[in-house]
Amino acid sequence: MTSKEALYHYVLKMGDSSLIMGHRLSEWTAHGPVLEHDIALTNIALDYIGQARMLLTYAGELEGKGRSEDDLAYWRDAAQYRNSLLCELPNGDFGQTVVKMFLFDAFQVELHEALSQSPDEQLKAIAIKSLKESKYHLRYSRDWVLRLGDGTEESKIRIANGLEAVWMYFGDLFAPSEGESVLVSDGIVPETASLRKRVEETLRKTFEEATMAVPDFDAVMQEGSQRGIHTEYLSYILSEMQSVTRMHPGATW
Amino acid sequence: MSHVKEGAHGILWEVFIQSKPGIPHKHAGNVHAHDAEQALTNARDVYTRRMEGVSIWVIPANLVTASAGEDSDAFFDPAEDKVYRHPTFYTVPEGVKYL
Repeated sequence: MTSKEALYHYVLKMGDSSLIMGHRLSEWTAHGPVLEHDIALTNIALDYIGQARMLLTYAGELEGKGRSEDDLAYWRDAAQYRNSLLCELPNGDFGQTVVKMFLFDAFQVELHEALSQSPDEQLKAIAIKSLKESKYHLRYSRDWVLRLGDGTEESKIRIANGLEAVWMYFGDLFAPSEGESVLVSDGIVPETASLRKRVEETLRKTFEEATMAVPDFDAVMQEGSQRGIHTEYLSYILSEMQSVTRMHPGATW
Repeated sequence: MSHVKEGAHGILWEVFIQSKPGIPHKHAGNVHAHDAEQALTNARDVYTRRMEGVSIWVIPANLVTASAGEDSDAFFDPAEDKVYRHPTFYTVPEGVKYL
């Protein structure tokens, strides 16, 4: 596999993850617990989708078959999607949503930080732009983990249940995309083990500060996203997201 | 602020946004939040999404002392006939610069 093909798979994983994360989070729009957080969650969802647009456009260029961001988003089925499993999970309650965001954002900050040094100019530029957003996202979701984890009787139970529901999908964030080892040895993308260590450190510190039980980092985790094996939730989200495009192909307004 | 009843969504905070460095912060509206830190992030999300500002102040709404409506005659009407308090009241001699 050439370096360019490997980079296509890598960028596709990032783009799909941001797209599905954003689309899932947008389900909160107009359903937020209070106006302030309705707007905050919608803002963050839009940030994720903005990142997805840059990444999928770049993936299309790398692939070299003339596919646009829209072609990639709307004309692939679940088995062709490469988003991390965590992103497609249902929102659950607010506690589950913010703890899922927290795991993703902690990962994103480290990833974008590392890719800000990448010799691949385009990936580097996207990472630098995204890092500012990711840092804010992490600040938001981490803050809620602390508040709920160290909050009332009920909030403690909810955030703990939320974490338990999503924890087995944490490991899949680090599942290598097809040909990723080529990119690692070329120094284009960071090495997984060191990335994971830094993310786990953020998690450990935060859960301790939130007086929550630190989950087992060595637990057996679900995986499969990089082979197109997803949870049952992805095809539902895709069928909703893609329905209009597929009913009216090529429609404009 | 023990005299303020904290609701499920926190207390009310007044939000002031500075649109450019060097100019005064202007009142933008208010948000609910449980503490100052959260009030800042809420204000950021609600009021600065379209590049409205470079700096935010948040102040617990109960700490703002406002003039009462019934005082408005006594407060503001006496200024009505004091046009000489406006700089435009005076004719500026020709040749005066930087005014």
